[in-house]
Amino acid sequence: MIAFNPRSTWTIYRNEVQRALRTAGQSILAPVLTTSLYFVVFGSAIGSHMDRSVVGMNYAAFIVPGLLMLTLLSESTQNASFGIYMPRFTGAIYELLSAPVGVAETLLGFVGAAATKSLVLAAIILTVSRFFVDYSIAHPVYVLLFIILISASFSLFGFIIGVWADSFDKLGAIPMLFLMPLTFLGGTFYSVDNLAEPWRSVAMANPVVYLVNGLRWCFYGTSDFPIGLSLGIACGFVALCVLVIARIFATGWRIRT
Amino acid sequence: MQSILEIAGLTKTYRGGFTALNGVDLTINKGEIFALLGPNGAGKTTLIGAVCGLVEPSAGSITAFGKDMKHHWRSLRARIGLVPQELTTDMFETVWRTVNYSRGLFGLAPDKGKVEAILRSLSLWDKRDNQVRALSGGMKRRVMIAKALAHEPELLFLDEPTAGVDVELRRDMWENIARLRDGGTTIILTTHYIEEAEEMADRIGIIQSGRIRMVDETQRIMRQLGRIEADFALVDPLPALPPELAQPGLSLSADGATIHFRDAEGAGGSGGEGKAHVAAIAQKLAGLGYVYRSIDMRESSLEDIFVHLLGEPQS
Repeated sequence: MIAFNPRSTWTIYRNEVQRALRTAGQSILAPVLTTSLYFVVFGSAIGSHMDRSVVGMNYAAFIVPGLLMLTLLSESTQNASFGIYMPRFTGAIYELLSAPVGVAETLLGFVGAAATKSLVLAAIILTVSRFFVDYSIAHPVYVLLFIILISASFSLFGFIIGVWADSFDKLGAIPMLFLMPLTFLGGTFYSVDNLAEPWRSVAMANPVVYLVNGLRWCFYGTSDFPIGLSLGIACGFVALCVLVIARIFATGWRIRT
Repeated sequence: MQSILEIAGLTKTYRGGFTALNGVDLTINKGEIFALLGPNGAGKTTLIGAVCGLVEPSAGSITAFGKDMKHHWRSLRARIGLVPQELTTDMFETVWRTVNYSRGLFGLAPDKGKVEAILRSLSLWDKRDNQVRALSGGMKRRVMIAKALAHEPELLFLDEPTAGVDVELRRDMWENIARLRDGGTTIILTTHYIEEAEEMADRIGIIQSGRIRMVDETQRIMRQLGRIEADFALVDPLPALPPELAQPGLSLSADGATIHFRDAEGAGGSGGEGKAHVAAIAQKLAGLGYVYRSIDMRESSLEDIFVHLLGEPQS
């Protein structure tokens, strides 16, 4: 008995990547444009008037990791959720369910493609942001590791949302109503140390704070928290999502009737 | 006859409590075309879904190619193809890509020659670079069949393969299905067109309310359950059926102008006794001096049998 089918995995992966390329304007250009606008508004227009003491460095450079995180979170989630939701919506999922593929092939195919797109997007955003900000990268290997980890974990999370959602409203609700606020309040535009109590304690309950700070440490070597804590939270999130997805496949929840 | 699929006690009760399949037992023979007939909601699509992995059975067992589906699903699914009822595929993909995607999904290496042969056999080769959405309904249905054939399945499920296609295309589709059978593929199809089952199927199963009501060879069903009916249009209407003609199955119409004969069940089919009975009645009428203008004789169709069966209370 074959336990894993690499050709099936590659087929799903390639199909999803081709789908993203087919809609490159929407899936690549739009987030790059949005992020660039953030740099223009917050980095140049507002940031140029801010004192370096507010965040301990040039404000435009300070927000680079946060904006990158904002894009990675929303794009990874949306791409993976859309990838699995559409076949469910159109009924084309019958083919996946009737094929000799299991949880490993499905996950690697869908989530791998979503994560790949996020990585490409991250590379484009980092390149484009050089036109607006003169940032540096203190730990390039950690940056790469962190970006891969975040892309993978939120692609997994997006996959869960895509399985859970039974309407386009629900599909968009979690990224818009949950992820976006958590990221905005997660220290993208400010240091948690700038917050007064009790808001600082409230902010500490937001897991995205640790992710943004983790990425910021990778860029500049400084952070509100130890990098180990950030990596631990990211790894824990991946493990949690994998467990949930394994359970979904075992029970057939929202996939098989 | 070697069986390719054995279903035993298959039951599916949905979360809401609706039982779509209620202890279905069914055996499919290798190389046959089996038609599963039943009214809407009878459980046809659920049965197919249970075998193909779309539906989680509540109870029962499915054995395909001699192996238990629950434990050997990977190797078995690779040998089974499904054409669903709905036209459900990525409509923005080209025909060529979507068929190749199906082949790869089932773990097979790309094979341009095989895919080309499939597309040519379904008259899709000229449309290979077209997006699926640009095709007509009939062509889209062919694409669904091409996708199901891409991994060269030995057992193929066709759920309403000709629903919504015109008569000409339907005939064309029947030829394609017959060719597949000739090539060694076992085919299980569901259909609303009884004529389709009568024309193509080696055996027919009738399902109602999640239970299999009957399974038999098409010709035997026709022979055993079919009947002959005949109308003798009289030149001079009669006030009542003459005593010499008082026999089971004969009756006179209300206006006295037609003698109606309805043979007993099982007298139909080309080899049945029903036609001989009609001939005997014709001779008797002539011998008694009753002149008739015409004889309108007909065999009951599979549709008549189907409607008759479904009208009976379930045992």
